[in-house]
Amino acid sequence: MENHQPLLEQLMTTHAGPGFEGAVRDVIVPHLRSYAQAVQVDVMGNVVAQVAGCGEGRRPRVLLAAHMDEIALVVARIEAGGFLRVVQTGGFDPRTLVGQEVVVHARGGDLLAVVGSKPPHLTAPEERGKAAPLSDLYLDLAMPESAVRERVRIGDRVTLSRDVYLLRNRRLAGKSLDNRASIAILLETLHRLQQLIHQADVYAVATVQEEVGLRGAQTVGFAVQPDVAIAIDVTFGAFPGQAADESFALDAGPAISFGPNLHRKVFQRLVDVAERHRIPYQIELSQTPVGADANAFQVAGPGLAAALVGIPIRYMHTSVETGSYADIEQCARLLAHYIAELDMAQVEDLSCY
Amino acid sequence: MLLKTLSEAFGPTGFEDDVRNVIRGELDGRVDEMNTDVLGNLIAVKGAKKPGPKVMLDAHMDEVGLMIVQICDGGAESGLLKFRALGGIDPRVLVSKPVLIGPDRIPGVIGAKPVHLQAPEERQKPIPMDKLYIDIGAKDAADAKAVVKPGDAAVFATRYAEFGDRAAKGKSFDDRVGCALLVEAMQTEVPYPLYGAFTVQEEIGLRGARAAAYQIQPDIAIALEGTVCFDVVGAPSHGQSTVFGKGPALTVQDAQTIADRRFAEFMWETAKRHGIPVQWRRVKGGSNDFGAIHRVGKGIVGGSISVPVRYIHAPTQVVSLDDVENAGRLLRAVLQEIAEGSFTL
Repeated sequence: MENHQPLLEQLMTTHAGPGFEGAVRDVIVPHLRSYAQAVQVDVMGNVVAQVAGCGEGRRPRVLLAAHMDEIALVVARIEAGGFLRVVQTGGFDPRTLVGQEVVVHARGGDLLAVVGSKPPHLTAPEERGKAAPLSDLYLDLAMPESAVRERVRIGDRVTLSRDVYLLRNRRLAGKSLDNRASIAILLETLHRLQQLIHQADVYAVATVQEEVGLRGAQTVGFAVQPDVAIAIDVTFGAFPGQAADESFALDAGPAISFGPNLHRKVFQRLVDVAERHRIPYQIELSQTPVGADANAFQVAGPGLAAALVGIPIRYMHTSVETGSYADIEQCARLLAHYIAELDMAQVEDLSCY
Repeated sequence: MLLKTLSEAFGPTGFEDDVRNVIRGELDGRVDEMNTDVLGNLIAVKGAKKPGPKVMLDAHMDEVGLMIVQICDGGAESGLLKFRALGGIDPRVLVSKPVLIGPDRIPGVIGAKPVHLQAPEERQKPIPMDKLYIDIGAKDAADAKAVVKPGDAAVFATRYAEFGDRAAKGKSFDDRVGCALLVEAMQTEVPYPLYGAFTVQEEIGLRGARAAAYQIQPDIAIALEGTVCFDVVGAPSHGQSTVFGKGPALTVQDAQTIADRRFAEFMWETAKRHGIPVQWRRVKGGSNDFGAIHRVGKGIVGGSISVPVRYIHAPTQVVSLDDVENAGRLLRAVLQEIAEGSFTL
């Protein structure tokens, strides 16, 4: 196998929002099985794949987690004419939804819909300066109201519809690169680990419901109680109008996060590994608990040593999220080498302050 | 399927080559002759020597699009592309859309700063076009310049698909739906000279049609168009213009035309006689090629048959396939009734 990019492209056109991650889970479980001795799904829907380390006695236990869910919408109301109103599950900028194609996951099967936009011919000059809130947007199924009422229920989930576009420099654009890019990193890491000797037992986890509050991470962190829990999640790619410390260059390697909620020794070790293996990296600073699964890991059970790494993507939470596969590979190299070098001495040191 | 092929063809206003080639391929061997003029209009002719009346059918090949105007160099902008609109586009529909650029159809995306990094007040205002960029994945300006140059045109990268209840979505149904109807009409047999004008640059002022009509000098002209349809939730009935699925629309008045009353009534009555659903277009804004055609030379009688298009000028437009089919039926009935002398000049 060359790499997991074809799988990533498949995952980006697979639909799975918070609480309905099944379609992505179904795609990745066979791939995890090809690397792991055991793959289990817990009561929340998290997937836990175990790759045993080598050596006798107590071995380090490291958890790597990437969330499977993408931001989604939920049908809240069927209006006269069969148009749908929606609420969100995960954070959308409503301005990025206008004119967007979406998929309504109805009980009889998926239905394509278009988020309406008013034609410029009918738009008064004063309207042009306003952005509609989500409550004013509607979905058009191009079906009579009676057919809509037959097929669509309040509560049906809705996700973005978008092909994957292959851009220059191994960059790719589409929906749900947040966080399918990190699923690819997870698999690329396991792939590289096959070539390395590692003491650590690895728990490769695909979590649920990150976009609504890190909920899968909370339970899986408690269940596994690893020595080190590393969340893999995307961060902000550099773009005009963003602050320098919230802008990470594409193709400049993974971002390793530093802040109160992340274990400083794990952070430092990740940086050291990157330096020694000449892996390009960037440092992301956080002043509050991070908006990623590592936030939940830190306080799971008795408390865990948490870390956060990931690749920068542009246009996060739109249908054209853009990232570089080269960064995915560099991030996987970093994680594979970190795991290969993890030993019990490091684990014991994590509680020494 | 022809509508799919035409919808996915690349034809921003002034760059209609791809569309013209599709049409030429379709009509090759099925009309007496085809010519292109100095503007780029494609004019297909059947039965030029037959006795009158000389009938011109019109559909424009161009679509609204974008033009790359700058390849940014330096800073966070480096390698991103600045663009301006070719034709009327509301900047609010541009965010989070993929596009295809230039002769090599280089893919790119129009993104926006993530919602996480926006102040609440930012979300209440649309992002103006001059704050948007196309991202082709270039590392820097030199990398972008290897594949894109200022002046390259771009279109939305929307695929055609059928969905809903007898509906289709795609880009540029305005006016590829007209082009599809015209290609079909040019394959019917009529006892008078029939000219099919596939025109350029409608979206920036009905420019191709004016020259085409001058060359053809028809007795009767009919523009085939996609028109505004906004029969959606919350839209007042007076602002809907047309109703989706209720048949082709005829014009009383738009921004460029006051319909020839007699010809409009003739088309309406023809629809009724043939049992074809038809509706009046109920806004006076907007225009189509007939607005230019009827003022050419000594003046030309005729009108337009329009297919309602929801989200016209947006990346994903929606038509009713019943409306498309009924527009074709109406056009054939009108051509037949002209042959039978139901409309006298």
